[in-house]
Amino acid sequence: MPREDLEQLELKLLLDAIYHHYGYDFREYARASIKRRMWRRMMEEGLATFSGLQERVLHDAACMDRLLLDLSINVTSMFRDPTFYAALRDKIVPRLRTYPFIRIWNAGCSTGEETYSLAILLREEGLESRIRIYATDINGPLVQQAKDGLFPLDRMQEFTQNYLRYGGRCSFADYYRVHGDRVRLDPTLLENAVFAQHNLVSDASFNEFNLIICRNVMIYFDRVLQDKVHALFHRSLARSGVLALGHKESIRFTSHADAYEEIDRQEKLYRRIL
Amino acid sequence: MVVVGGSWGGLEAFGQVVASLDDCRGLALAIALHRAVDSPEGAVVRYLQARCGLPVTEVEDKDEIEPRRVYVAPADYHLLVEPGYFALSTDAPVHRSRPSIDVLFESAADAYGEQSVAVVLTGANDDGCRGLRHVKSRGGVTIVQDPCSAVRREMPDAAIATGAVDQVLPLDQITVVLNQMSRT
Repeated sequence: MPREDLEQLELKLLLDAIYHHYGYDFREYARASIKRRMWRRMMEEGLATFSGLQERVLHDAACMDRLLLDLSINVTSMFRDPTFYAALRDKIVPRLRTYPFIRIWNAGCSTGEETYSLAILLREEGLESRIRIYATDINGPLVQQAKDGLFPLDRMQEFTQNYLRYGGRCSFADYYRVHGDRVRLDPTLLENAVFAQHNLVSDASFNEFNLIICRNVMIYFDRVLQDKVHALFHRSLARSGVLALGHKESIRFTSHADAYEEIDRQEKLYRRIL
Repeated sequence: MVVVGGSWGGLEAFGQVVASLDDCRGLALAIALHRAVDSPEGAVVRYLQARCGLPVTEVEDKDEIEPRRVYVAPADYHLLVEPGYFALSTDAPVHRSRPSIDVLFESAADAYGEQSVAVVLTGANDDGCRGLRHVKSRGGVTIVQDPCSAVRREMPDAAIATGAVDQVLPLDQITVVLNQMSRT
């Protein structure tokens, strides 16, 4: 058997082992990127093969924690894609204003950059008191980190630039306090938010939402899994609810493409019509 | 599957390569170009489309790979090749680059093996070296722009230094080789 086929086999066995032992199902993640992430963990652990990684992951839960962090972290920044947040403000917020109470699901919140951006937007639009944000991620410690709202100080320049390009109404510096080399985002921004561990692959719908934001999370899934998650989102969206995806994600290949109308092609905003 | 990497001067170089491509029956081309995160949307596609007879598109996640097409990695995403389709990722930059040429080449080698062709164009860093070795080890073809003809020769030089390069060619000859491949 050629070496490359052997490596594919080892990767498959590793994913099977993780599923059977820990219940995390990464078997339908897009192969090329999960392989890169597994490879990185393997190197960091000083191991030579995926089989070696499998042995350590099975016998050392701390290694699984480290791997889970590698597999779930989503590198992003506050107000990443400022035009997206501007479209949310200009095209979605006017509709939300007409509702007495609004539920928003930020699925795959990772360390919370998106969640805080959203909270700032909603506060500036005066909707804060009528909104509940549910921020979820597969990784429990990441959810806690998002809740804590601590970010490295050296990222603030980038966040501030994004905020300015978005067209924020206030001074970004008013939203955080510096503590040494870190900053804490204003905790009142998300004091009404619900932070929870939730696995898009295996957990059920848990509420009905007016807006679901899931950006650059499903790019790590293969098409079969994307379809399943789209079914979950469809079940979880109120009629006329809005689904927001990343700039380079598309709904057109999914089994739910017909259930939505496009609100903004560029910003990937879709309204549920069926 | 032809995967191309370029950095400093890479857009203009690739523009020359695609300008005289034939019909390209059997080939799909994908390029990872280093560029600014906030480079204007669609500018690369427009530049290439103005020079190229094949349709040029910026990749969206899970787009199918079709022959006779040129695919461009979107700014600020990694472009990865799966068997029959593309995937994107927002993982951390590799060697300070996103899209990373290594990521594109390595995934293409895994997905297409000896059917993969990797081309390194002009540039001022050493992105692409790991990927070239991987393509070579999977039986694919590796081509590098002649450093003498490159706007910046660092990237071609680094690629050649890997010892994993099949051919070192000026841009017009790269086109000739690709045209030959598309006929066989």
